[in-house]
Amino acid sequence: MKVLVAVKRVVDFNVKVRVKADGTGVETANVKMSMNPFDEIGVEEAVRLKEGGKATEVIAVSLGPTQCQETIRTALAMGADRGIHVKTDVELQPLAVAKLLKAVVDKEQPQLCILGKQAIDDDANQTGQMLSALLGWSQATFASKLVINGDGTANVTREVDGGLETIQVKLPLVMTTDLRLNEPRYASLPNIMKAKKKPIEQVTPEALGIDPAPRLKTLKVVEPPKRKAGVKVKSVAELVEKLRNEAKVI
Amino acid sequence: MTNLVLVEHDNSAVKSATLHAVAAAQKIGGEIHLLVAGQNCRAVADEAAKIAGVSKVLLADDAAYASRLAENTAKLIVGLAPSYSHVLAATTAMGKNVMPRAAALLDVQQISDISGVESADTFVRTIYAGNAVATVQSADKVKVITVRPTAFEAAAATGGSAAIENVAAAGETGLATFVGQELSKSERPELTSARIVISGGRGMQSGDNFHMLEKVADKLNAAVGASRAAVDAGFVPNDYQVGQTGKIVAPELYIAVGISGAIQHLAGMKDSKVIVAINKDEDAPIFQVADCGLVADLFQAVPELESRLAA
Repeated sequence: MKVLVAVKRVVDFNVKVRVKADGTGVETANVKMSMNPFDEIGVEEAVRLKEGGKATEVIAVSLGPTQCQETIRTALAMGADRGIHVKTDVELQPLAVAKLLKAVVDKEQPQLCILGKQAIDDDANQTGQMLSALLGWSQATFASKLVINGDGTANVTREVDGGLETIQVKLPLVMTTDLRLNEPRYASLPNIMKAKKKPIEQVTPEALGIDPAPRLKTLKVVEPPKRKAGVKVKSVAELVEKLRNEAKVI
Repeated sequence: MTNLVLVEHDNSAVKSATLHAVAAAQKIGGEIHLLVAGQNCRAVADEAAKIAGVSKVLLADDAAYASRLAENTAKLIVGLAPSYSHVLAATTAMGKNVMPRAAALLDVQQISDISGVESADTFVRTIYAGNAVATVQSADKVKVITVRPTAFEAAAATGGSAAIENVAAAGETGLATFVGQELSKSERPELTSARIVISGGRGMQSGDNFHMLEKVADKLNAAVGASRAAVDAGFVPNDYQVGQTGKIVAPELYIAVGISGAIQHLAGMKDSKVIVAINKDEDAPIFQVADCGLVADLFQAVPELESRLAA
């Protein structure tokens, strides 16, 4: 079974982003970029499937500018076998990403696609569901456990609002990862060196026959309203007094 | 202009998140129809018909929708969507699961988790964990939208008298089956709709120590939440998580205990009315957003808080 994982290059989760003065977006020049944390979980799950003998090959796909190759290298260093870079400088929105990924899937014919549930930049939480829809495959979002059964099905435990839900789905499957699915490994130095030799194929949206133009127009991006720091209290007694008599919330 | 709002329910009652999605539809304007997809869920449709401002409830009562599997539910929505200008759902596990699937089938770029309505085609949503606020405009024929419940005042649950109309099921895709669920059992209010939330972070040191928070929660009729760090550390299940990648809450009172205040946690709670932080590190970033901060060892402060609430 081939497994395809999508990896997005995003502003590192530790960076406090700044809104551009002209209100067109956030500053991404000279900012540390990393693989989207949920996608790391996706790569880890795919690599574990391979180590467990369930998967034969793990392909890491990233879409965007040249630097996405670094993100693919990270996935290769974690254990993915090869990479595909869909190179474009166009702003990609989830529907376009799903269409591009579908074109890659049509070519590669994996049985399982793993995506992060959400990218920490646009916070859209759409791409996996959209890819699944366009492929007409089963869908398992917010996965905290995956069991591949021998009969062409998989059981996926999902994080839902009230707790956990388990569904059985037919393969092929698009799954999106949640936090507790696994703990991603750190790539070892030898594996980082090895990853440099692994192949990355480059394709373009044009070659895939997809128009990636954005559908949503961003009119402006602004800073959120600032919350002012309040007061420090000295004791629990003072805290309770304030909440009871000043804020009147208890 | 007519809005279709997907009702969040458990086959017996309407979940309150629905009322916030209806409120967003009211801001958009035009007629509001609700879609109840479920099994043996007539009671839900009856309840939904009473929501203020709703003119029609569509009821799709079929085994295919018993547990709102994405494949079947999206297919149903896709069949109905062409008659609507907007299709909305609350940003819940169900809304997030179903709506993008429907949007892709409609060839629509969904607008996720909106926190404001500027006009019928222009919406406000946060990006980068709430560190930036984007205003976006959609040219798609049908707008597919998920609504951040905390950003819209709930529509009144009563006062309406909408007609209920049965709609035909769109068929079973056969792609997925529901196996079972393990829901956290709790007598406390739901995290996303509680008036008071008390959350613990890495500073709690263990899952057992969350009992201290539960005792306070019981006195305040509060829900218990957690930071991602506490979930990561295995102290509590993921459905406790408040933050960018967990639940977004905006209670009257939010008490953060042993939480440092990482960006991604603040994204989930900074719209709370009153924020209290208890942390032994006086430089913790949580104090920059707290209305009321107490620099103290939580293992002394929390039991004392509990005892003082009793008095």
